Amino acid sequence: GNGGRRYSSKAETVWRPLSTQGARRHFPQNKNATKALRGRHTVSSVMTQRQQGPPASIVDRPLTKGRSEVSLSAFSFLFSEIVQYHRTRASSIRELEHKLEEAGQGVGARMLEVLSYREKGNRREIRLQGILQFINTNVWRCLFGKSADSLEIYNDDEYVLSDRSLLVNRFISVPKDLGDLNCAAFVAGVVKGVLEDAGFSAEVSAYYTVAEGQARPRTNILMKFAPEVLEREQRLGV
Amino acid sequence: SWTRIAGRIGAVPHTMAAMAAGLPLGVYSVWIINKSGGLIFQRNYADIDTNDTNETLRLASIWHSLHAISIQLSPVPGCTGIELLETDKFDLHCIQTLTGTKFFVTASPKTIGLEHLLHTIYDLYSDFVMKNPFYEMEMPVRCELFEHNLQSACEMMNARA
Repeated sequence: GNGGRRYSSKAETVWRPLSTQGARRHFPQNKNATKALRGRHTVSSVMTQRQQGPPASIVDRPLTKGRSEVSLSAFSFLFSEIVQYHRTRASSIRELEHKLEEAGQGVGARMLEVLSYREKGNRREIRLQGILQFINTNVWRCLFGKSADSLEIYNDDEYVLSDRSLLVNRFISVPKDLGDLNCAAFVAGVVKGVLEDAGFSAEVSAYYTVAEGQARPRTNILMKFAPEVLEREQRLGV
Repeated sequence: SWTRIAGRIGAVPHTMAAMAAGLPLGVYSVWIINKSGGLIFQRNYADIDTNDTNETLRLASIWHSLHAISIQLSPVPGCTGIELLETDKFDLHCIQTLTGTKFFVTASPKTIGLEHLLHTIYDLYSDFVMKNPFYEMEMPVRCELFEHNLQSACEMMNARA
């Protein structure tokens, strides 16, 4: 069809109608379907419309389920290049970690949107426990294939997500002259991106802790929430 | 000592030969040579005499040259270089990757499973050295995870021998 053109040339239709199949797939109950489409079409026009063939523009096609598996090697090489790229542009270890964090924030913001849509039915988390569980299970499972090992609370405002072996660090050996650099700063950035966009501002950092009886240290993601977040939690009732 | 060795039930011929010669069993050392012939990794995994650093560097470049010469000496085309060097005291197995990196191990005579070990080492190299952002290409390998995993692989190999 006209898959090359993104925008319709017809002035009167900015939003082209969803096919009936598309509506049924994403809004299983008719009630929701009519609510969602109310602004654009009447119920009858959607229901009586025959499918007009594949929607031409990418913004009208239904959101795909996405690939659940990606090559670990491909990701590792890409991540290795990201680290090397920022290393040449940073003048200190803190700056390198900060740049990795920024790179992760973009990922986190997008993860929040996609996972809320795909897995949570567009439900928005407004409580701290809720968003933490979301990160612990949904985000971790989507990114790393399993949920994080544990979620603990240190002080009132400090929560820690723990992972025995973080995927991004699996093949990375930091040389001695780079001290305590931890490339899990990228993952800290992902978490920060999710929290910021969900309305829970926090300072997030990643560090190693030695675990007894294990050869490799655990990675802890420390989230320190801003005071207004905690105040809001208090107001909403603990 | 012969009666003691013969008394071991299920003793494999290569272990008997090595034990008779008073040599340690299993893998002796692992060497990695980059595509220009420079040594980038060398580690001993048995109780053998160690050469000093300059000596090992020299030996590695000599091996690199011998490997290249063997390809030219071959009377038929398509030779891929020396794969096995057998002496009365040790065996040396070598593989060259498509990128020109050479991996070789020295081990007690007639040790089995060295080809598989070499491919395991190549896998470990491509995982823990190549995917490490702090490794510079063609430079000596100083990756902790690589050395740690390689140690486990060789120890497992030696335990089975």
